[in-house]
Amino acid sequence: MRNSLAALEGASTLFRKEVLRFWKVSFQTIGAPVLTALLYLMIFGHVLEDHVQVYDSVGYTGFLLPGLVMMSVLQNSFANTSSSLIQSKVTGNLVFLLVTPLSHGAWFAAYVGASMVRGLAVGLGVFAVTAAFIPLSFVEPWWIVIFAVLGSGLLGSLGLIAGLWAEKFDQMAAFQNFIIMPMTFLAGVFYSIHSLPVFWQQVSYFNPFFYMIDGFRRGFFGQCLPLVQPGRGGHGLCGSGGLGAVLVGPRLQDSRLNSLIDSG
Amino acid sequence: MSAVIFDCVEKTYSDAPGSLKALDGVSFSIEPGEFFGLLGPNGAGKTTLISVLAGLARASAGRVSVMGHDVLTGYAQARRALGVVPQELVFDPFFSVRETLVIQSGYFGVRHNGAWIDELLEGLGMADKARVNMRQLSGGMKRRVLVAQALVHRPPVIVLDEPTAGVDVELRQALWHFISRLNKQGHTVLLTTHYLEEAEALCSRIAMLKKGRIVALDRTENLLAGTASTMLRFKTDQALPPDVAAQARVTGRSVQLQAHHAEEVEGVLKRLREAGVRVEDLEIGRADLEDVFFEIMQNPAHAGQP
Repeated sequence: MRNSLAALEGASTLFRKEVLRFWKVSFQTIGAPVLTALLYLMIFGHVLEDHVQVYDSVGYTGFLLPGLVMMSVLQNSFANTSSSLIQSKVTGNLVFLLVTPLSHGAWFAAYVGASMVRGLAVGLGVFAVTAAFIPLSFVEPWWIVIFAVLGSGLLGSLGLIAGLWAEKFDQMAAFQNFIIMPMTFLAGVFYSIHSLPVFWQQVSYFNPFFYMIDGFRRGFFGQCLPLVQPGRGGHGLCGSGGLGAVLVGPRLQDSRLNSLIDSG
Repeated sequence: MSAVIFDCVEKTYSDAPGSLKALDGVSFSIEPGEFFGLLGPNGAGKTTLISVLAGLARASAGRVSVMGHDVLTGYAQARRALGVVPQELVFDPFFSVRETLVIQSGYFGVRHNGAWIDELLEGLGMADKARVNMRQLSGGMKRRVLVAQALVHRPPVIVLDEPTAGVDVELRQALWHFISRLNKQGHTVLLTTHYLEEAEALCSRIAMLKKGRIVALDRTENLLAGTASTMLRFKTDQALPPDVAAQARVTGRSVQLQAHHAEEVEGVLKRLREAGVRVEDLEIGRADLEDVFFEIMQNPAHAGQP
């Protein structure tokens, strides 16, 4: 019983430390991504408002905003775990954690939990700043909550895997810029995939980020893009992906962490 | 129950060229309350052994336990019983000294640890640095924080991996004063160091490691008594006769030679005179741990277990 309480305290300390880590540099970790999303919104919204119409009743800016929010949630959840882990590895201070009695499950819960807090904080930040001048409806709020929470958990877990895999900043930057960034940008944040040629539409259906963003949008508009119906295919895939990350993550981490320990 | 047990510990790095065997059947135990020294040249396997003990590396074979807990199957209890001061000067740049110590306490499940943290800060002479960010500390101060981090959960076994490397005399004294006090209170201490006079002064028992094997393990006074009891030391600018040079330890102008009895001293001086070597500052003294260490490490017979 005493050991279980100690283990719980250990995990919650790591979680608090990870939250504190990004909070101490919140200009960079929350303020900057919110500003970036706003800039996208202003520029693309201004240029394309009169040219692109995805849903009958929704203007382009209204369509763009949820996509940008979800993109920010996903990218920042990934960034939090991956940057924290790679920094600790490169600077060597990971040793302070490796000598503790924390279980692999505790590591996973704390790192991914903190990354979800950051991702969701950035998402809420974008909403908060734009709420006054871009009116949005919340037709199916549970879709918003579930996709945001599972999506951030999924990307937080992916960040953990990337952080465990990468040995130097260069490898991490490659993972972020050549995998995460293109997949989020090409997931229909700025456009409807209907506007793409058929081939690229088909390619988009293999991009899991498309389902995360489309499912999140459904919470606002009550409808998904016509080619993908709710409850089938991609959204279910995405949901189970998030759940899968939570279940499988600790195992993945387990094996990788062991090799990390050995190489240390 | 021993505080630490190493039982036939082997560690092979198969990814190293030619498959490096860093530890080759290391067995010894450390009793509760001991101040134990682990000595050896660079690359002997000291840090690997400590890494296996701390859970930073996995032994290829053998078992290690801390206060009766296996470091693999009972890792949580073993790590709670162990405080490790790492060799590298590492720190988390996001936090102040106090935050660092509060966080480290939390990892071990220790809450409301303020009084002990204050005592550690006081004992290590850094009470005025509690609110300072880790980045702003000098190297010596960072080293003190590393020691405090290792002790923050009050472990019965303390491991210090070359804690005084590159540290000034004042801090070294303060550190040893503090660690000795903890040792007197019943903490077991395992120390690796390059400063052999420190090991001689502090450790009650010493193990020497060479190429992953224990080549000497005894009480410090027995190690000192069991080797050449007399050392001949002098300085010279001239080349030594080859037969003398073969047995001498030369550092710049300083020369040290073993002499087991008075006739041997006379014999060496005679050879030097015959060769026309002028010597200065001649002295004959008791062998210290450095001499013992040198003799053991140079001795080809010490290739295996004692």
